[in-house]
Amino acid sequence: MTTHHTVKKNTYVDSVSLMSISTKANQIEGVTQAFVAMGTPMNKEVLANLDLLTDELDAATGGDLMVVLEVENPDQLDGALQALEDLLARKNNDTGASQTRYRTLDAALESDPDSNLVMISVNGTFAAREAQKALNGGKNVLMFSDNVSVADELALKQLAHSKGLLMMGPDCGTAILGGVALAFGNAVRRGTIGIIGASGTGSQEISVRVHDFGGGVSQLIGTGGRDLSAEIGGITMIDAIHALDADPETEVIVLVSKPPAPEVEDKVLAVAGKISKPVIVCFLGSERNESPYANVTFVAGTKPAALAAVLATGVDESTLDLHSLNWPLIEEVRAKLNPEQKYIRGLFCGGTLCDEALYAALAKFPDVYSNIQKDPAYQLSARSASKAHTFLDLGDDEFTDGKPHPMIDPSNRLARIVTEAADPEVGVLVMDFIVGFGSHEDPVGVTIPAIVEAQRIAREGGRHLEILGYVLGTDLDTPSVAEQIAQLEAVGVTIASSSTNTGLLAREFVAQENN
Amino acid sequence: MTLTSLFAKPVVVNLGLDMFADDITRQGASAIRMDWAPPGGGDPTMVAHLRALEEPALAATIDEANAEAFARITSAQPVLTGFGPAIDVVPGMTATTILHAGPPIEWERMNGPMKGAVTGALVFEGLATTVEEAYEVAGSGEITFAPCHEYGAVGSMAGVTSASMYMHVVENKTHGNIAYTNLSEQLSKILRMGANDQSVIDRLVWMRELFGPMLAEAMTLNPDGIDLRLMMAQALHMGDECHNRNVAGTTLLIQALSPYLVETSFSNAEKRAVLDFVASSDYFSGPTWMAAAKAAMDAAQGVENSTVVTAMARNGVDFGIRVAGLPGQWFTGPAQQVMGPMFAGYKPEDSGLDIGDSAITETYGIGGFSMAAAPAIVALVGGTVDEAMDYSRSMNDITTGNNPNVTIPALNFMGAPTGIDVRKVMETGVLPVINTAIAHKDAGIGMIGAGIVNPPVEAFAKALTAISSSYTA
Repeated sequence: MTTHHTVKKNTYVDSVSLMSISTKANQIEGVTQAFVAMGTPMNKEVLANLDLLTDELDAATGGDLMVVLEVENPDQLDGALQALEDLLARKNNDTGASQTRYRTLDAALESDPDSNLVMISVNGTFAAREAQKALNGGKNVLMFSDNVSVADELALKQLAHSKGLLMMGPDCGTAILGGVALAFGNAVRRGTIGIIGASGTGSQEISVRVHDFGGGVSQLIGTGGRDLSAEIGGITMIDAIHALDADPETEVIVLVSKPPAPEVEDKVLAVAGKISKPVIVCFLGSERNESPYANVTFVAGTKPAALAAVLATGVDESTLDLHSLNWPLIEEVRAKLNPEQKYIRGLFCGGTLCDEALYAALAKFPDVYSNIQKDPAYQLSARSASKAHTFLDLGDDEFTDGKPHPMIDPSNRLARIVTEAADPEVGVLVMDFIVGFGSHEDPVGVTIPAIVEAQRIAREGGRHLEILGYVLGTDLDTPSVAEQIAQLEAVGVTIASSSTNTGLLAREFVAQENN
Repeated sequence: MTLTSLFAKPVVVNLGLDMFADDITRQGASAIRMDWAPPGGGDPTMVAHLRALEEPALAATIDEANAEAFARITSAQPVLTGFGPAIDVVPGMTATTILHAGPPIEWERMNGPMKGAVTGALVFEGLATTVEEAYEVAGSGEITFAPCHEYGAVGSMAGVTSASMYMHVVENKTHGNIAYTNLSEQLSKILRMGANDQSVIDRLVWMRELFGPMLAEAMTLNPDGIDLRLMMAQALHMGDECHNRNVAGTTLLIQALSPYLVETSFSNAEKRAVLDFVASSDYFSGPTWMAAAKAAMDAAQGVENSTVVTAMARNGVDFGIRVAGLPGQWFTGPAQQVMGPMFAGYKPEDSGLDIGDSAITETYGIGGFSMAAAPAIVALVGGTVDEAMDYSRSMNDITTGNNPNVTIPALNFMGAPTGIDVRKVMETGVLPVINTAIAHKDAGIGMIGAGIVNPPVEAFAKALTAISSSYTA
C-alpha cells in the first residue's frame, strides 16, 4: 500500500465536478482510495478522520486542490496519477459550447447589459459578496447557495429592496420566471397563478398541482427558507407580493412556507390584505385558519392551495379531477397489514414533502419522530435508528454531509430503505421521487433495486410491506411523471397523486379506523 | 415594484453550477457562463477586504484614481536622451553605493547570483582587490545597499549597479521624470547573472572605458533623443514582446544610434568593436525597454487612492510590488521558481529563484503581457501559439485598460493590457505572467535558461490589506 499526497496550489475545481472526479478516481486500476477536494476546513476534517491528513495537506487553503491517492503497490502510482490528471484535464476542457466564459461578475455583466438575473451557486462563503456586486450592478439575484450568515442575508435583502430588485435566497432552490424554470424546477404550463415560496419543494409541488388541475404559472418566486424569520422579516416575500400585484400576467397569488415567525406572519398578511388580487396562504403547520382580510384565504396543504388558486381564476370545480382520497384502496391495504405493522417510515428527498406527511401523521398519532421535528423529545439524528412513525428529510444538512442533495443523487436513501423493511413494525414505507430541471435523471430507476430488496425482506418475514411512492413532476418533465410511475407500478408500488395525498394515504394505511 | 423585464424573459448570468446554465439553455433561454474561482484564493480575510473596497463611493474613487494612473502610464513618452556613469547621472548615487534589483534586502539575505554580482562589482569599482575580499567588504557595513527602484532606476537580473557603470538616461517628456538602467553585458556569463570572474570584470571595464563613452558621445550628437515608446511599439509589431525577445528592438535601436556612433571621435576599430558587441546578442535593447517602462510607471507613482501596481521586482529572495496610491512601500512574498527550458546540462534544481527588475516590462504591459505579439518564442515559455494568445487575453482580467499606443497585431491590434489592479488580481486569482531568464543558484555561473513565472500571491494579499486599511480609513 502506497499513499501519495499533493497540493495543487491555486487550482480551483467546483465541488460537483470534484465529486464526479473523486468517484471516477476511485475506479482507476490499483487505486484503493482516492480523495480529490479543495482545501476547505471541512475537507481537511474528512482527511483527518481518515488518518490521511499530513502537514502539507493541512496547509492547503480553500483555493488549493488536495489530492490523496492510495494504491495497492508502488508501481501502480505513476499510472494512477496520470489517469487522475486526465480526469482533471477533461474537466478543464469540458466547457460545453465554445462559449465565452467570464472570470468576474463585472466582466460577465458588461458582456450583456440586458442581463437581469444573476444566479449564484458557489460556496456560501463567497456568495454574499457576489450577490452584493450583482445588486449594486442593478441585477436581480437568485442565490442557490446556503451557509450565508443572517446578517449578510438581511443586508442583501435590504439593498435589493432599496433598489427595487428581487433577492431570492440564500438557499433558494427554485423559481420560474418568464416561463423559464431556474435551478430545481418543473416544466409547467404558463398561466395566471403566481407562487411565492419560502420552501423549495413546496413551491415545486404547488406549481405541479396547478399544472395538473389545468392551470398555469405566471411566475414562481423563491425567497429562501429564512425569509419569514424574525431576523429577516419577510423582505423578499413582501417585495415579491408587490411585484406580482403589479404583474399583469398574475391573477392569483399563492404563498407557501413553513410557519413564519408570528410577527412576520402578521406583517406579510397585512401586505397581502392590501393588494387587489386573491392571495392563497399555505403556511404548513400553522395554526391559523381564519383570515382577517377578504382577499386572503388560508389552506392546510399544498394540494388545497393549488386547488384554491385554480378555482380563484374562475375554473368550475366540477370540471376538475380532484384526486380524492381512495378509500377502497385504504381498506385493501389495511387488510394486508398484520396488527404489528403499525408504523410509517417516510424517507423524503423533498423537505416540504416530508413536512406535509409529518403534519398529516401528527394530526392522528402522538409518536411521530423526525430530524425536522420541532419538539426535542421527538427529534431524531441522522445516525439514530427510526422509531415508531419516522419521517426523515434526507436533504437536511446532517444527512447530506458534503454529499450531493438527494434530489441530485437519491442513492443515499437506498441503504435506509432496506433497513426499514427489516423492521416488522413497519406497515408503510413512503418515498418521494422528484423529477425536473436540476434533479436526477431517473430517480425511480436507481431506487427500484432497493425497493425490490425491501419487498423480498418483508415477504421472507411473512408480511406485506406497503410501499407508497409519490413522483413530483409533470407530463412535460424529463423523465415524465408517467414514465417514472410506470416503473414503480411494475414492481407493485402504490402511487399517491400529490404530496398532500401522500401524507394522508400513509396515515390512513396504518390507522385502525376512519375518522 | 415592477420587474417587467425579468418577468418577461430572464437573461441569466450563471455564477456557479454549470448544470443550471445547461437547463436554462435547454428551455430556449440564454445563460452567460462564468469561469469563477474563489476570490482571494479562498481566504475570508481577503474577501472582507475586497468587499470593503466595493462600497460604491469608495469603488468610484478608486476607479477614478486608477483611470488617472492608467492615463499617466499610457501617455508617458519615454525618450532616450543620453548615457552616463551612474555617479554622474543618478541622483543620490555615491562611490560606495551598490544598487540591486527587487525590494530592499540586506547583504546577508542575498542569494547566490546577487552576492556574486555584488562582489564582482566591488572588485570592478576597486573597492576590493579580489572576490574573496569583496565578500568581507560587502559585509563590513561600508557599502550602502539599496533597490534600484528607489533611485529611479531598474536593473536586469541581479540588477547590481555601481558608481562607474554607464547608465541609460530616459526622460519621460510628458511628465518630466527620468529613469535609469545600466548597459547590457550581452552574454550569459555576466555580472547580472551572478558571474564575477576576470572575464566578467574585464568586460565591465571595456564597457566603462569604451562602450559607454561612445554611446554617451553619440547621444550628445542627437539633440532630439530617441522616442522609445514609438520604437517599442514598432518592435511589438515586428514580433518582439520586449522582454525575452528583443531581436527587432535591438535592430531598431542600433539603427537609430548608428548615424551618431559613426560621427563620434572614436577610431573605426573601436566603432567596429562596439557594433560587433551589440550584434553579439539580441539583448542589447532589453535594458532600454526596462528604463522606458520605468519612466512611464514612475509617472503613476503617488496617484492617491489608486490600486494600480507601479512596479514588480525581485531580488532573488523576495518578490516585491509597489502600488501607485501607497508610495514608498513594498509588498513582498517569496520569489518563485521560473519554469522553462534550461541550457543543456542544467536541471531545474540548479536554478536560482526569480530575480530582477525586468518585470517592470510586464508592469507596463509588454513582456509576458504582450506574449501574443511574439509567437516565435512560445517554445521558450513552453507553450503553443494559442496559449501565447491566451496569456495576453487573460491579462485583461487583471488590468485597468489597454494601451492604445502599444498594440498587438495578432489580437486585432488589442492594446497591451496595462495597469495591473491589485483588486482584480485578488478577485480573480489570475496572477501576472512574467517572461524572464533563469540564473544559476550559485554565485559565479550565470544564465542557465529562460521561462515564465508568476508573482507570489502573498505580495498582492499584503498590498490589498494595506489598501483596504488605508483607503477605507
